[in-house]
Amino acid sequence: MFRIISRETLATKVHLFDIEAPAVARKALAGQFIVIRIDERGERIPLTIADWDDRKGTVTIVFMEVGATTARLASLQAGDSIADFVGPLGIPAHVEKFGTVVCVAGGVGAAPIAPIARALKEKGNRILSILGARSKDLLFWEDRLRSVSERLIVTTDDGSYGRKGVVTEPLKELLESGEKVDRVVAIGPSIMMKFCAQTTKPYGVKTIVSLNAIMVDGTGMCGCCRVSVGGQTRFSCVDGPDFDGHEVDWDLLLARQRIYCDEEKCALEHWQARTGKGALTEA
Amino acid sequence: MAKLNLNREPMAKQDPGTRGKNFDEVALGYSGEQAVAEAGRCIQCPKQPCIDGCPVGIDIPGFVKAVVDDDMPEAVRILKDKNSLPGICGRVCPQEVQCEQVCTLAKKEAPIAIGRLERYVADWEIAHPEAINREEQRVSSNGRRVAVVGSGPAGLTCAADLAKMGYGVVMFEALHVAGGVLVYGIPEFRLPKSIVQGEVDYVESLGVELRLNHVIGKIATVDELLRDGFDAVFLAPGAGAPMFLDIPGENLGGVYSANEFLTRTNLMKAYLFPEYDTPIQVGKRVAVFGAGNVAMDASRCALRLGAEEVYIIYRRSQTEMPARLEERENAEEEGVIFRLLTNPSRLIGDEQGLVKAMELYEMELGEPDASGRRRPIRRPDTEFVMEIDTAIPALGTRPNPIIPSTTEGLELTRWGTIVTDEETGMTSKERVWCGGDMATGAATVISAMGAARRAAISIDGFLKDGG
Repeated sequence: MFRIISRETLATKVHLFDIEAPAVARKALAGQFIVIRIDERGERIPLTIADWDDRKGTVTIVFMEVGATTARLASLQAGDSIADFVGPLGIPAHVEKFGTVVCVAGGVGAAPIAPIARALKEKGNRILSILGARSKDLLFWEDRLRSVSERLIVTTDDGSYGRKGVVTEPLKELLESGEKVDRVVAIGPSIMMKFCAQTTKPYGVKTIVSLNAIMVDGTGMCGCCRVSVGGQTRFSCVDGPDFDGHEVDWDLLLARQRIYCDEEKCALEHWQARTGKGALTEA
Repeated sequence: MAKLNLNREPMAKQDPGTRGKNFDEVALGYSGEQAVAEAGRCIQCPKQPCIDGCPVGIDIPGFVKAVVDDDMPEAVRILKDKNSLPGICGRVCPQEVQCEQVCTLAKKEAPIAIGRLERYVADWEIAHPEAINREEQRVSSNGRRVAVVGSGPAGLTCAADLAKMGYGVVMFEALHVAGGVLVYGIPEFRLPKSIVQGEVDYVESLGVELRLNHVIGKIATVDELLRDGFDAVFLAPGAGAPMFLDIPGENLGGVYSANEFLTRTNLMKAYLFPEYDTPIQVGKRVAVFGAGNVAMDASRCALRLGAEEVYIIYRRSQTEMPARLEERENAEEEGVIFRLLTNPSRLIGDEQGLVKAMELYEMELGEPDASGRRRPIRRPDTEFVMEIDTAIPALGTRPNPIIPSTTEGLELTRWGTIVTDEETGMTSKERVWCGGDMATGAATVISAMGAARRAAISIDGFLKDGG
């Protein structure tokens, strides 16, 4: 069993858990993920590692309540345990000195991008960051990103905080401004990563995305997380999760992510009925 | 010479109409009377060809005689002396091409039903846990430690053998439960999970320490295991990575690798959704590509999950099918439809990206190919389209890349398997042995166990020799 050492709500329906998993904490690197299973009835879901502390033996995960598993997870308290916590999985983010790297985070993508931006900064890269969300109450870790960035632009779709609009607008402006950008790292909802990749493509700037495909085992055994990259079938879990955004077949990924929408709803309602838990917990 | 009894004792099965709707075990096993009657047919011939026919060399005449003598603890002891997993082997071994094929009575087409007797003895032990004194089996530790990577048939066998020799064994498993393909792949109705758990419990009772949720190559590399106090490493991670069709549409929604389909169903219990959280989608018409045991398992799971029509699509003919006859017959009895000499050319999706049809074409058989089987050849202008809701490629697996890509100095074959000495299981890397599908490519449970046994002997020899 893996104990939840502490928990915190970062934004509306977005939660942070520090989980006791010393062996995982010892090996974790930016860009990797873990697979969790809450209990005997639970499904296995992947979550990107948001941080880790080798000394304390903890791994930090950040997740948004979107379906049955994340709602069940959100109902747990510090001191509770989850049955399974496997990792660190996937190939770590490629970190070396590229020059100037633009880190673009959308929504919950702020969590996985933070350690990557930090690692890139430690390698001597100049970091420019763009952090976007639908509205102010969904933004978090502005401070974390700011601390490793030379410049940080914040956007909200509704204009409730920072600049009104979506992340691709300042991204395009940066590329237009004559600023020499050597690499873009974009992490967030698939649709946001798709448009970031589309934005950078005409400028020929390498754009790395972290794909959040549905997984079961997370170790290359089932092939559920397969994606098409450069016309080849690849497994997000063992070949990724990072891929060249210009090569990803985004429409296929988006379609595969929608496969279980109805079942997600059914599982959530079933859990709510079984446990008497109400609607998703509010921030 | 006493008169030969050529009446092989049949084993009861659940009725096809009933069993096609449940996940309970299909084959019901022998009663005590049946077991004694079947065992009594053994003529205890002096040549004992069955022992050579067994990849792990079980003293088959010995345990069969113990059944006749009603000395069940002795039957268990003899079985477990060579096979730590008899409940599993009694159910899934292809006895018809091993021990039973060479049985002296096979010449009269009535070989002793060795597999069924093995199962009977194993199930008796599970039902009588008090009959065997576990503590007596514990050997004093010799102070040496071996890491076993994977807890499938090879891992369990090697771990048990080494523990019995006095080694301190830690067995690492990537998933949240031990058993490997025995729990994620083979369905409940063919191999109940409680049987696998019983065998895992037995291996743990020998002193083996099981660490779940440990993906070796990630949480620790093979080199780190060797550095951190293990004297040797036995690699048995399986050949887990599924192969796809390499045709347009293979990534549509509703297209599952057999591994994924079976993992969701068996390991994650998707058949109990939404009581269990993992979903699975099975439409009315399901196509399974391939005709091995895994294809039979997937097709029979699809029926039980509510499919109305399940097709096995296979490019060769009945004679070349790799599945065991018993599994083929079970599938047929339950209503699986076989479309032989047929191959898919593409899968067609709807506007949501879900599979809705497949295009097939007909094949004919030409000259034998490298595998000795007649080569299937495409018949021109035979394309036709069939509507389906679910497609399941069951085309075999390739080696998983995690261990090869994280271990220095492991020589690989061009198929990505680890170069392994067949006799000893040694790899090109010092102190590292390998067995099971990772060494041979996809094969049977018992051949993996045989390789694991040989590796355990080799590891013991190496370490005793001052290694």
